[in-house]
Amino acid sequence: MRELKYREAIDEATRQAMAKDERVFVLGVGVDDAKGIFGTTRGATLEFGPNRVFDTPLSEAALTGVAIGAALRGLHPLLVHARNDFLMLTMDQLVNNAAKWRYMSGGSMRVPLTIRAIIGRGWGQAAQHSQSLQAMFAHVPGLHVVMPATPADAKGLLLTALTTEAPVICLEHRWLYEKTGPVAEEAYYTPLGHAAVVRQGTHVTVAAMSLMVLEALQAAESLAAESIAVEVIDLRTARPLDSETVCASVAKTGRLVIADTGWRSYGVSAELAARVGRECFGDLRAPVERVALPDVPTPCTSALERAYYPGAAEIGAAIRATLLVRGRAPAAPSVEARGKEFSGPF
Amino acid sequence: MPPLAPERLKAFYVQMTRIRRAEEAIVARYPEQEIRCPTHLSIGQEAVAVGICQALSEQDVVLSGHRCHAHYLAKGGSLRRMFAELYGKATGCCGGKGGSMHLASPETGMLGASAIVAGTVPIAVGAALAAALRGSDDVSVAFFGDAGIEQGVTHESLAFAALRRLPVVFVCENNLYATLTPLSKRQVSADVWPRAVAHGLPGVSVDGNDVLAVYEAAAHAVARARAGDGPTFIEAKTYRWREHVGPNFDVELGYRTQAELDAWMARDPLLRHARILETSGVLTAAERLALDREVEAEVADAVRFAKASPFPEPAALYADVD
Repeated sequence: MRELKYREAIDEATRQAMAKDERVFVLGVGVDDAKGIFGTTRGATLEFGPNRVFDTPLSEAALTGVAIGAALRGLHPLLVHARNDFLMLTMDQLVNNAAKWRYMSGGSMRVPLTIRAIIGRGWGQAAQHSQSLQAMFAHVPGLHVVMPATPADAKGLLLTALTTEAPVICLEHRWLYEKTGPVAEEAYYTPLGHAAVVRQGTHVTVAAMSLMVLEALQAAESLAAESIAVEVIDLRTARPLDSETVCASVAKTGRLVIADTGWRSYGVSAELAARVGRECFGDLRAPVERVALPDVPTPCTSALERAYYPGAAEIGAAIRATLLVRGRAPAAPSVEARGKEFSGPF
Repeated sequence: MPPLAPERLKAFYVQMTRIRRAEEAIVARYPEQEIRCPTHLSIGQEAVAVGICQALSEQDVVLSGHRCHAHYLAKGGSLRRMFAELYGKATGCCGGKGGSMHLASPETGMLGASAIVAGTVPIAVGAALAAALRGSDDVSVAFFGDAGIEQGVTHESLAFAALRRLPVVFVCENNLYATLTPLSKRQVSADVWPRAVAHGLPGVSVDGNDVLAVYEAAAHAVARARAGDGPTFIEAKTYRWREHVGPNFDVELGYRTQAELDAWMARDPLLRHARILETSGVLTAAERLALDREVEAEVADAVRFAKASPFPEPAALYADVD
């Protein structure tokens, strides 16, 4: 199969959705400029022109409301933010309006609205350009949150979002943008709420999302040399959260490590751990381990960034902890150490 | 502007009377504890909703805030389904899930209301954007209060609507108070409309207790919007007779005076319009009484309908959420 970069898959999904459905249009700060959100909106700009792809003022709150209004009147806006941190300006519109309009109206109205936002990391982007805020949105009934890890899912989940008659927030990790993978040429629709088993194993399950899927695969590869067979699950969506697939794996392995790109406390990892504890308590042979960000804001200096972000080594250590295997953490290089694709500045 | 036909003038009266009588019925019924949701009454402010909505066509849309009964009714929402909603019944306009602060009637162009001040202002702009993108000549209206201009999202919305010349009418219903706090404690200027002008759209001020003045301003703004000439900001100066939320008068709280309330009640928009109709021979006192009786019967029927309607089944709790 043909290979595409993650960002190219997003661009293709956008163009295919717009070609199939004239209700879809793209708006956001900088979407039609020469860079086109790292190239993800450039193709749509060139193909569909200024009536369907247009720049906006830096008024994230109002533009989210504007998108809701357009959705209520039969269009399907794709609202794009270069950082998910900017969504904090839009929480009233997202939480009080987009998530609730269908319910508050007794089902007489729906809000087909897709929001893309990027999770930043590294190169000193510090506390307000690097957050991973999926838990904030996933907490709210009425919002869907998807977190694709592969180019194939970046395309399939965005196409699904753009055909869903409800608000969907797509969180894309900046470090995935240059990763390549097989992507089918035709439009296809990856269902929301279906995790994928991306590596088979029998000893320990690692459930991960977004960039942490790559870290988990690296850890699994490293431990395979010690005959530790790790099963890796890509959660793909934070809400709906597919705990069934995770429980089916835990029934086999009895051990679970959850790897989240967000903070440890009150996050998606906590929700998944709670569900596993309830739904397959009898299958667990060790406490659930979590690999997530420490509960502090992101520092700027690379010296502290290195200490802040967990990676394959920490996942490996957590796997060992579930197996009660003492020893050094496996020498698993993290995505950062392996790849030099991301060199900033943004 | 050509003079309005007598039937239109009568319609203005009937619309305002329907809002007044409906809310008086809420006042009367509230102590029964069957309307179990916060209600924000617009008694004294009816001319704004009616004057604006009478300038709209059926496919035009409006959005509102917590004080939304008048806008819902003026835009053609069902009286029966409004009372059923207030009573929490399955037959309510939102199936009992929205209540007084979230009335909606999309089939008549009332797209809903947010209980967060100014929360729907950008949504109205978005409805206008959809009309512009689709090439339709539908107009949308954002209703909000004087505190609405204190929210950042309103300024963002005004600027974006002006930038794209969107077919939206911003209607600021300035009733001088945000809960108990007077305008003078919240804003430097007593006039709201100049701030819209700063964003690049025309702003006008009208007597919000004069339904014909409101209608005239609205008709002008709607014509501009429909012609592609962009948004307009209308500040309608008016006054809330009763407490911020609930059925009672509240002068005893001391934040406003009886003299101030009396002065505004003397400018009752309903009686004022009735007098004009009587003086001009459009509607005699006897005819007016007959119209009043009809509206009262309609309200009584709506209350009966609401009381007789079933509550939603428990399963409805989980319906209508994505």
